[in-house]
Formats: sequence, structure tokens, C-alpha cells
Amino acid sequence: MNKPVLILGATSAIARATANSFALRGHDIYLAGRDMHELPRIAADLRVRYGVEVSYGSFDAEATDTHAAFLQSVIDQMNGLGGVVLAFGFLGDQIAARDFSFGAKVIAANFTGAASILSHCANYFEPLKNGFIIGISSVAGDRGRQSNYVYGAAKGALSLYLQGLRNRLFSSGVRVITVKPGFVDTAMTYGLPGLFLVASPQDIGERIARAPDKSADVLYLPWFWRYIMLIIKHVPEPIFKRLKL
Amino acid sequence: MAILVTHISGWGRYPVQSCELERPERYTDLCANTDSVIARGQGRSYGDAALNENGRVLLTERVNRMLDFDTEQGILCAEAGTTLAEILPVIVPKGWFLPVTPGTKFVSLGGCVAADVHGKNHHRDGSFGDHVLSLELILADGSRVACSPSERPELFWATVGGMGLTGIIGEVTLKLVPVTSAYMKVQNHAAENLEQLFAVLGDAEQDERYSVAWIDCLAGGKNLGRGVAMFGHHADADHLPPSLGNPLIVKPKRSKTLPFDLPGWVLNPGSIGAFNNYYFKHEGSKQRPFLSGYDEYFYPLDSVGQWNRMYGKRGFVQYQCVIPEGTAFGGIRELLQELSASRRASFLAVLKRLGEQGRGMLSFPQAGYTLALDLPLRNDGLLSMLNRLDEIVLHHGGRVYLAKDARLSAESFRAMYPRYEEFLAVKNSIDPDNRFSSSLSRRLGIAGKA
Repeated sequence: MNKPVLILGATSAIARATANSFALRGHDIYLAGRDMHELPRIAADLRVRYGVEVSYGSFDAEATDTHAAFLQSVIDQMNGLGGVVLAFGFLGDQIAARDFSFGAKVIAANFTGAASILSHCANYFEPLKNGFIIGISSVAGDRGRQSNYVYGAAKGALSLYLQGLRNRLFSSGVRVITVKPGFVDTAMTYGLPGLFLVASPQDIGERIARAPDKSADVLYLPWFWRYIMLIIKHVPEPIFKRLKL
Repeated sequence: MAILVTHISGWGRYPVQSCELERPERYTDLCANTDSVIARGQGRSYGDAALNENGRVLLTERVNRMLDFDTEQGILCAEAGTTLAEILPVIVPKGWFLPVTPGTKFVSLGGCVAADVHGKNHHRDGSFGDHVLSLELILADGSRVACSPSERPELFWATVGGMGLTGIIGEVTLKLVPVTSAYMKVQNHAAENLEQLFAVLGDAEQDERYSVAWIDCLAGGKNLGRGVAMFGHHADADHLPPSLGNPLIVKPKRSKTLPFDLPGWVLNPGSIGAFNNYYFKHEGSKQRPFLSGYDEYFYPLDSVGQWNRMYGKRGFVQYQCVIPEGTAFGGIRELLQELSASRRASFLAVLKRLGEQGRGMLSFPQAGYTLALDLPLRNDGLLSMLNRLDEIVLHHGGRVYLAKDARLSAESFRAMYPRYEEFLAVKNSIDPDNRFSSSLSRRLGIAGKA
């Protein structure tokens, strides 16, 4: 019997593909997000395609004071959880760097909100000595670049947070997996120039759903991004600061 | 929302045009937010129906949620971007099948409605639109309206077969047909010439729910129109060998993809003739009925992904027309003679009997026989030959299928589609600024005052 999976930020293409892949494996699904027009449609689709139980509810990453009650209501409704996928993210752009009021939003959504809900999730799974937490971070968090460093900083902080959480929960047998997607063919990237080796959300979702059964702690998706980022991380700073990235 | 300006084409890879692509992922983002928009599902229409040169093309591929499946009544409601390939594995194991399916499952529900597609069972069951219970249509003013044969029927029948020109099809509710197995019982009949082929297809004794004929269009003279008629019906689970296991599940086969464009010369009268001889002997020799999985039966070409690359970089035109019952034999013979005389090889030539005229105002089917030809584009006057075929079709009171078309003239279109003005009156009432327009609608002059 596969236990229910909570998808946080369930309306993005990657989240939807991940929910599909978990449902295909027989997991019931709880979809959490802000768009109450989309959530029932995605929920219906999962039920029709995979015959699993699907619930959904409103969740706002930035409203951190609601997170504890939210998670408890999901646990009650689903009769326990087997795992959580944190899939929300908010890519500001250049504006975020110039205007901190916008940058604060990027940090609040990608990091503060994530850290808040993940702390509640960790407290739930730790005593159960079971379960998984998958956080979707980004390769943008591996090194700061002028084109998206506010987003990158928030995602980098998320990666560090997940790393610490993994260390804490290791002894409880709870898996904590950091996912770092490269370019994925989503609404976030559609029409952007200069992308290469763009992966399909279906492929990424499938890899994410397989991750709890595999041993990797940090998953670059697709795999070759591990090596691309390895190179990028090792460019000496005196050179890197001159690059237009 | 982000826009991608790029060159795209239909399945025939002709014409290729620059369009502004937009790919919404949310249902609420499906709307006409600019002067000229056409929705595009899987891009499986052959010509320019889902192209909008220098205009907006709204890709519906990500708006593909199945919203409800009533397994008791066999009623499926889904967003229009959902493909038949996604629907089949959901409905077949529950004992249901598509009421009508075209020759590929890689088409969207919205496309099936917009082109009012038909299948091998048109002579029995009509076209796709006949099985649609209702639609949600997104109009030019942004409103979302339900329409069905009983609610706003004019809008419904203008949209069925309306090539996306009345609005964006958002949701489709479809009545399915019950089956007890995922297998087809198939029976082939070889015919040495067109007369025999017509006799077989028109024979009420042999007729089955599904019928279609393949024609060797390189055969001329006394063998003109030789081919193989293929009949089939959904096999009854009780008549299947127990070794097949669950009758509603067919083990999937791996599909292959044509990885590159074949050079244009590969398909020539010699190679096609050799294939046709082989195919005629091989298929024609199957005298006994045999079982076939539904995938193999309905979608043989889907097992080769990107098979349109077979015709080389320049692409091809699919010419599909219908000739009314009364003069069908003479008309089809004239068309085949014209083709045979030009020594032009059509790799795929299909003949099929159609049933009654559909209710869609611009629907293609009419009682008679339809012939479909795939013709590669070369520098050899193909388009002028197709104009001659148009004349033959018009002379016999037939018409050309818009979902396949890339080159018909506005004048011929109006002569072939007598309900055009009725369609235009509906369109003008809901889309007075002609926001929903495509390269096809401009070429055929589908706009303005009726």
C-alpha cells in the first residue's frame, strides 16, 4: 500500500507531472496551491487517469502562520502522509535585484515559505521514522549570477536547508532529497532564448517520483546538469565575475 | 504570457509559416487576447488549418485534463487539448471505445471537433460531432458558453467542422461506445480493379461496422483501382482465445521514430510500385478473418513516429475529397486516371464509403465515397494537377476536406460548401471582428459579410 503524497505548489508543469508519476504508482495525492480554478481540474484528471483518491486545498507559501494548521488538516484528511514534494517556486527576474520589495517576495516564496512548511513536515515525519521529503530547488542556487541572483540566493538557501534537514532526519530513516532541475520545458521557460538541452516535465516528474526508491540525496535533472554545474562552480571568481551569465 | 515566434507547419510540412506561439497551461489562460488567433492542438491537420501567418497560434497541448469519466454511462468530459492517445488507455480497460476515430490517435479532442473528423465507421455511425454531447466554447469576447445539439444548436453545428473559427474549444463531452474487448476481428478482400472494389465496399452482405480500402494507384489500365478492402468489428470477448488474457488489455508494442528526413527521391514510382505489389499480395492473401489489437488496426502509421519525414524536406499534400453516391464510381475513376496518367505515385491511397451528410455547417462528409492521396511536393506541377482534380470533384458535386487542405481556392471552397453563408452568419454574430482566423480562413476567404 503506497501512502498519500502531498504536492505543495501543485499547478506547475513539473508538479503536475510529478503528481502523475506518483499516482501511476498508486499513491493517493493531496494537491496544495493557490489557484482554486486549476486545482480541481488537476485533481479530476489524476482520478480519471489513475483511479487514485485525490484531494486539494488552498495553500499560500507566504502565509507562514497558516502552515501548521494546513499540514494538520491534510494529515487528518488523508489519514497520514507517506511523503511531501515541495514544488512551488517563484522566479522573479531582474526587477527583483533592483527593487527589494519584489525581491523580498522572491525570498519569501522560495525560501522563507519553504523553510516554514518543511519544518512542520519534518516534525511530522521524524517520530514516524518513515517517509520522504523532496524539495525542488534549482541549479540557479549553485552559483550566483547577475541574471537571477535573488532567485538563486533563495534557492541556494533552500538547498542548504534541505542539506541540514537531511542530516537531522537521517537517524530517523526519513529521506530528504534535493532536486535541482536544469532547463525544463515549462511556462517559466517557454519562449526564452538561449536555452539548451531542455527536458520535458514528464521526464522530470518521473525521475522525481522514482527518487524515494533510489539512494541519491541530491538529484540533478537531467543528470548531466551535475557536471555542467560542477564546471560552473569551479570557474575562479576573478574570471566568473567578468562573465555575462 | 510568453510568446515564441517561430516557423511551423501542419503535418504535411507544407506550407511553413512564421507564427507567434503561445502555450497556456491554465484553463483560464485559454482566450483570444489579440487580433488574430487560432487554436492548435497536435498540429495534425495537414495544411494551414492550424497556422496563422504572423498571427497568434494558441497551443492547447498543456490544457489536457480529463475532468470526468462516467464508467456506467460511457461519458467522458475532458479539456480540448487531451489527445485520443491519452484517452484510449483510460477508457478501453473499462470497456469503452471512441465512437469515431481518425487514422491517428495523436490528435486532440478539440481538433477532432473542429475538423469533425470521420473514421472507418462513418457509413454506420456518422462523424465525430455526432457523438459530442456538449462543448464549452471560449468566444471572442472572452465569455465561456456551453453549446450542444439542444443548447445554442447553431453555434454548436457551426463549431463542429468549423476549423476553430467560431472560438476556442475548451471542453468536450463525448459519448463513448461499449466494447467487450480491445481486439478487432478483421477480414480483408482483394479486388483486382476499381469495379470490384466498389462492389465489395458497397456489398451490404459483407459490410461491417468499420470498412476502408487501400488502393494501388500506380496500377492502370484494366487494373485501375485495384486494392484491398478491409472490414472489421470489435471482437467479442467470448470469442477470443483464452491465451490473450484480459480481453480489455492489449500488450503495448514499442514504436519507432523516423529520425531524419528521407531524401525526396526515396519515394518514387519504382519504390512505391514495389511496395504496392508486396502489400497487395500480402494483405490480399489474408483470406480468413484475423484478430488485431485496436492500436494496430486503427493506427498502423502511429507506430512510426514522424512518418511525415518520409516525404523529404519539401513535405507533401494530402488530397482528400468525397464524390457523392450517384456518380462516385465514375468520379473516383476519373481522379485515379488523372493520377495514373501523371505517373505520380501516392504512397498512401485510401478509399472509403461515407454515410449521410453530417450536421456541421462546414463538415466534410457527405454520402458517397472519399478518396485520400498523399502526394509529395516536387517541382513538377503537382498543384496544377490538384486544380484539375478539384474540377473533377466539383463537376460531380463533391468537396475537398479542409483538415487536409493546403491549396484549395476560395472560389472552389464556396462551390463545395453550400452552407458556407449560414456558417458565416453564425460567425459574424459571435466574432464580428474576425478574431478567430487562420492562414486557411484567409486563403479561403472565410470572413466578412455573408
